[in-house]
Amino acid sequence: MSFPATSSVKAVPPLHIDALEKRFGPVTAVDGITLELRPGECLGLLGPNGAGKSTLIRSIVGRVIPDAGAISIFGARADSPVARSALGWIPQELALYPRLTCRENLRSFGRYHGLRGTALEQAVTRCLGWATLDDRADELVKNLSGGMKRRLNMAAGLIHQPKLVLMDEPTVGVDPQSRNHIFEMIEKLHAAGMSLIYTTHYMEEAERLCDRIAIIDHGEIIALGTHADLVRTTFGSRSQVLARFAGANERIEAWVFERGGHTVNGTAQFTIEHPAEVGALLEASAKAGLELIDVSIRKPNLESVFLQLTGRELRD
Amino acid sequence: MIAAIVRTAIVSLRRDRGALALSFILPVVFFSIFAVIFGGRRNTTPKVNLLVVDEDNSSASRRLVRGLQQEGSLVVETRPAPVKGAEQPEYTAATAEAAVKTGTAPVAVIIPHGFGQNPISFGPPDANRPQIQLLEDSGDVVAPQVVSGLLQKIAMTALPDVMAEQGSKYIDQFAGGLTHEQRDRIEQSLGYLRQQQDRGARASASGNGRGGILAVTSRAVVGQNKNNPMVSFYAAAIGVMFLLFTASGAAGALLDEAESGTLDRVLSSRVTMTTLMLGKLTFNSLLAFSQLVLMFLWGWAVFRLDFWSHIPGFVVMGVSSAVAVAAFGILLASICRTRAQLGALSTLVILVMSSIGGSMFPRFLMPEAMQKAGLLTINAWAIDGFTKVFWRDEPVSHLWPQLLVLLGIAIVLFGIARKVARRWEFA
Repeated sequence: MSFPATSSVKAVPPLHIDALEKRFGPVTAVDGITLELRPGECLGLLGPNGAGKSTLIRSIVGRVIPDAGAISIFGARADSPVARSALGWIPQELALYPRLTCRENLRSFGRYHGLRGTALEQAVTRCLGWATLDDRADELVKNLSGGMKRRLNMAAGLIHQPKLVLMDEPTVGVDPQSRNHIFEMIEKLHAAGMSLIYTTHYMEEAERLCDRIAIIDHGEIIALGTHADLVRTTFGSRSQVLARFAGANERIEAWVFERGGHTVNGTAQFTIEHPAEVGALLEASAKAGLELIDVSIRKPNLESVFLQLTGRELRD
Repeated sequence: MIAAIVRTAIVSLRRDRGALALSFILPVVFFSIFAVIFGGRRNTTPKVNLLVVDEDNSSASRRLVRGLQQEGSLVVETRPAPVKGAEQPEYTAATAEAAVKTGTAPVAVIIPHGFGQNPISFGPPDANRPQIQLLEDSGDVVAPQVVSGLLQKIAMTALPDVMAEQGSKYIDQFAGGLTHEQRDRIEQSLGYLRQQQDRGARASASGNGRGGILAVTSRAVVGQNKNNPMVSFYAAAIGVMFLLFTASGAAGALLDEAESGTLDRVLSSRVTMTTLMLGKLTFNSLLAFSQLVLMFLWGWAVFRLDFWSHIPGFVVMGVSSAVAVAAFGILLASICRTRAQLGALSTLVILVMSSIGGSMFPRFLMPEAMQKAGLLTINAWAIDGFTKVFWRDEPVSHLWPQLLVLLGIAIVLFGIARKVARRWEFA
């Protein structure tokens, strides 16, 4: 499997978004987002459902007309023919023809991108191999498993050898084994130097696949950086204490709030500078008459970053 | 428990507008259409168009023509409609026959020279006696019979003096002869009768006219050589109706693709919305044309429809009808939000169009207003065109009105569909 590296276009950023805004009636889906993708980079867009990730992706693809701002793809306008050729889009939905075989689907989408003859057949063979669907090439899509459909859905977005690929939650609804398979496919693209944007609301996916992560909430990027950057910027060298108490929730929540923590699903979460502070915290809880069930200390992760920045869980 | 199930079903139905329309609107609409067609409203009973050629121009023939003109169920024309305000010459036997062939009227009456000398007869048919000619379009099984019956009736009601005169001749001939005095009194009575008629008095004789006192010969000038007269009509009529259903179903693929996200993916490639819709129009037109080919081949194989000698006309009408129904289907699909909506709307619109457009019931048997309303449908133009080809054996050059209208419909419907489809293009 080989996909073209993007070394020849390093001078121009694969994607530049400037002050993008999109409203649907009273709802602001994208609220002044500015973002630049580096060549060969995998950038994760992490946010809960309804945060504006898909609207942002659809604006880049040219399927949504922004109310304000600008998007350029390798220096070309988002919906221009140059941008369409350079861009591969893997939508969240299984955008395939169910009554066509895998090969016929890939041929159709290849033709829509202007491929013909040998170039088309080579592209189909390459994509079937990348998605490890060679042995199912002539199977009707409707007869494939969920994971296979997902892989074919991804392959269809790459049939024309784009230089920039947008993946909109490509692992939705697949089992852990298929998900791992998809991760390996994406890692191959990344290793080949392709520029990628990957939207998800699973922090572990973003942590595994992405060089940088943009956290989106209410249509805004509220944090951008590498995984380590985000944790360091948000928490510094601090750690998180997770504790569970027995007793009435209201009383526990009031006490946790008073001590500067959050309660998430019945678990109290505190941020501490030094592990030694745990003792003082537990002593205070005992004085408040709370009965401790268990306690643990952990290094913050993306979930913690999101919670810290928004006061909500990523999967709310 | 049963009440709970009923309640759930009622709420579901109430929110399914398509199902509601099919359940309650369609039956009422259909009932109304067929009630109008079959005379639910008596003042809209269809009239028979009749062309009359009076070659004799005698007193008797003129009175016969006047009698026909006074019949409420006939629309009698003795000359074609004015062209650009200029009055046209009266029909001759040849031009009337041509007009029946082109469908101007389903029947023409030719009153021959010498008719006035011996207009009616009570005896057996006399081959030497001039006979009224009925030129028929055998595709219309009703009109020639109506006219034939009315001719006999009018002979009784419009020519009583001729009947009485003829009767007295028979008495004179077969009852041993009349005296001069009797002949004078009969002449006086006949004179009185003629005066009454000249004043416009209408006799009230109520005979059904089928006794055959007028010598009438009928000749089919359209469809006389057809193996199975109505097959070509129904091949077109039923064919177009199912074409409409197929076209709207096929166009529904657009809705499936929009729902699955495939449409978005296609539009993110080099394919534009206009290209995509033109592709769908082409495919749906080919599908519709193939259906028509199958339908007419079946008609040829099973019902002896004369298909092979009408290929050029079939291609012209088949292609124009197919493109029109394909555009119609794409418009319906672009208006609807879901497959279910499309199913309900297409059933409603297609059945209504088919019923007033002549797919279920020949338009020439409908009231005049409904015949005119039918011209707003694809069915009517397509059926008219196929009828010209297969029934009237008209040349391809005569198909231009149908061709223009069907292609015009296709362009307009596709243009509207393209505008409506903007909702799929961008958010």
